[in-house]
Amino acid sequence: MSEPVGVKTLQINGEEVSARSGQTILEVAREHDIDIPTLCHLEGLSDVGACRLCLVEIKGSNKLLPACVTTVFEGMEVSTHTERLQKHRHMILELLFAERNHVCSVCVANGHCELQSLAQDQGLTHISLPYRNPELTVDASLERFTVDHNRCILCTRCVRVCAEIEGAHVWDVMGRGINSTVITDLNDPWGSSSCTRCGKCVQVCPTGALFDKSKVGSDHPKYPDFLPYLNLMREAR
Amino acid sequence: MTQTITIDPVTRLEGHGKITIQLDNQGQVEDAHFHVTQVRGFERFSQGRPFYEMPSLMARICGICPVSHLIASAKACEAIMSVRIPHTAAQLRRMLNLAQMVQSHALSFFYLASPDLLLGMESDPAARHVFGVVAAKPELGLAGIGLRRFGQHIIELLGNKRIHPGWVVPGGVTEPLDPAKRDEILASIPEAFANIRLALAAYKQIADRFKPEIEIFANFPSNYMSLINEDESIEFTDGALRMIDPQGAVLDDGITASRFSEVIGEAVEPYSYTKFAYYKPLGYPAGSYRVGPLARLNIVKSMGTALAEKELAEFKQLAAGPVQSSFHYHHARLIEILYGIEKIEQILTDPLILDKHVRASAGVNRLEGAGQAEAPRGTLMHHYRVDENGLITWANLVIATGQNNNAMNKGVLQAAREYVKDGKFTEGTLNRVEAVIRTFDPCLSCSTHAFGQMPLVLSLLSADGAVVDQVVR
Repeated sequence: MSEPVGVKTLQINGEEVSARSGQTILEVAREHDIDIPTLCHLEGLSDVGACRLCLVEIKGSNKLLPACVTTVFEGMEVSTHTERLQKHRHMILELLFAERNHVCSVCVANGHCELQSLAQDQGLTHISLPYRNPELTVDASLERFTVDHNRCILCTRCVRVCAEIEGAHVWDVMGRGINSTVITDLNDPWGSSSCTRCGKCVQVCPTGALFDKSKVGSDHPKYPDFLPYLNLMREAR
Repeated sequence: MTQTITIDPVTRLEGHGKITIQLDNQGQVEDAHFHVTQVRGFERFSQGRPFYEMPSLMARICGICPVSHLIASAKACEAIMSVRIPHTAAQLRRMLNLAQMVQSHALSFFYLASPDLLLGMESDPAARHVFGVVAAKPELGLAGIGLRRFGQHIIELLGNKRIHPGWVVPGGVTEPLDPAKRDEILASIPEAFANIRLALAAYKQIADRFKPEIEIFANFPSNYMSLINEDESIEFTDGALRMIDPQGAVLDDGITASRFSEVIGEAVEPYSYTKFAYYKPLGYPAGSYRVGPLARLNIVKSMGTALAEKELAEFKQLAAGPVQSSFHYHHARLIEILYGIEKIEQILTDPLILDKHVRASAGVNRLEGAGQAEAPRGTLMHHYRVDENGLITWANLVIATGQNNNAMNKGVLQAAREYVKDGKFTEGTLNRVEAVIRTFDPCLSCSTHAFGQMPLVLSLLSADGAVVDQVVR
């Protein structure tokens, strides 16, 4: 039996807001124009709480909780922009930049990259951690698209869109921890995988990790907005 | 007691370099070298990258002439794709390349060289810079700034960015030319003409004062190489290479990019990160040659534009056969600026210049490709190999400065022998040694290449500069 739909009242940054039961803090915040930065979250896909950028503070809990997967409760008091949170977000972004080889100036996503925009929003100008400079591969075996693992932040949007929307589940994650990487099929070259060539993964990738070969050198904006419409149309059927 | 004079860094150059002059026991110059002291590693770290990313990656080698790298790189990629780019794209790229030549030559002549020429080799070093020129000769200083702005502004209009425009891609360019931009460029042309006329007239007035320098500044017979059109007119973007001997006779002709590596070899010397290019049939160092404005004007028979044609005829009067003194690079540079402005105007009147079809597309159709173009400083060649997915497996770049390297070293020695006598020298004489290098307008940042384990020389100098001990790896 699902929980009956009820109205919950809570505070976000001192502001009284009402929400439907079962909603996440992120959903409620966005409905009330309260900005919480996100990277792995995408409207139309399930949430996994992977990037940790949406961490919020909840009164009475010592733990920081990801707003995208934490549901609201009555009387909840949420803070979204404390000094502690800002410090963590800054550090998360620094870690993302230091982990692989993100060179904006020569990246196809330059100017249309969610990681880059977030760094700008957060006022990140320098990386205080040493870069790891790993030697990662580029898979250009597919005719139209390329995956450059140097730019992947393991948000798993590609994995989710492929499994949940396209229904192909070509993408998945291999390895553990720092050695994790997204793969196609059982780590086969993308070009010889069971990929349907639909291109949804390219459109939802927040960075230049997945890109259209023909867009190199030109602007490469991505259009992930199609997802909610696609879901809506499917539900209506 | 031997002594080493070190000029470090050599100023008013692009990149980091130093000059060492070795004196013998009597204080006479025994040898002199020009060292490029940095290493970049572009050929190595581009391995594994998709080939279509190469133009934008390689353009980062330099902020002065990113356009030359964009064009040579895009042409190498097009050889891999086996495509011929649309006519309009070729014309737009030609214009971009000329705009960059104009701005780079303006930088070389006005910002880097003119302080020596207009203020004097011996003038106060604290004021021997472009601001000193603007203070002493405002109209010339402003003409120089104006010419550089002219070129940079065209690059910005075409590529949306003054430095490292991303507009040139394998297959052509990303966007056609907007009519408003064409009109804006056309409107800026009269001022550019006025500026270059002023500069040419001023240069001709003062050139006679530098007769002694003309005699000494890398003045020796050498081979020359540059791109040339089939009708023997000057070319910066297409055409094929021609090599001439010191008398002006054609040694080799029709050298396309795919033939480049058959004809041109690269030698390595332990004292520099820049390689020494040579013409293979003559061997090293006999096959050394010069490239750049002097080489181009020595090789071509015509400019193909009215005003520059007259200037070329006058330039050819400087010598019977090829003009040999590197001092005349300055003069050649100004003539090329004039040509660049005329040619840009010509290109803009091409009826197809606003055509919307500016990009060809193709995948990997060959596993190897090379592209060449004339950078402001001389011939530039990019050569790549890729795997079947188009990922770079090997890259080699042959840069103008590497091709002028032997001549620069010879020029430094020639000048050092003239200006350093009995172990005595002044700031002004050493400035003349530096000025020899400046005539070539070398770009050191794009010229550096590591070849295997680079030799390292450690010198221990005593307080008076004498070499006490030396270790060579």
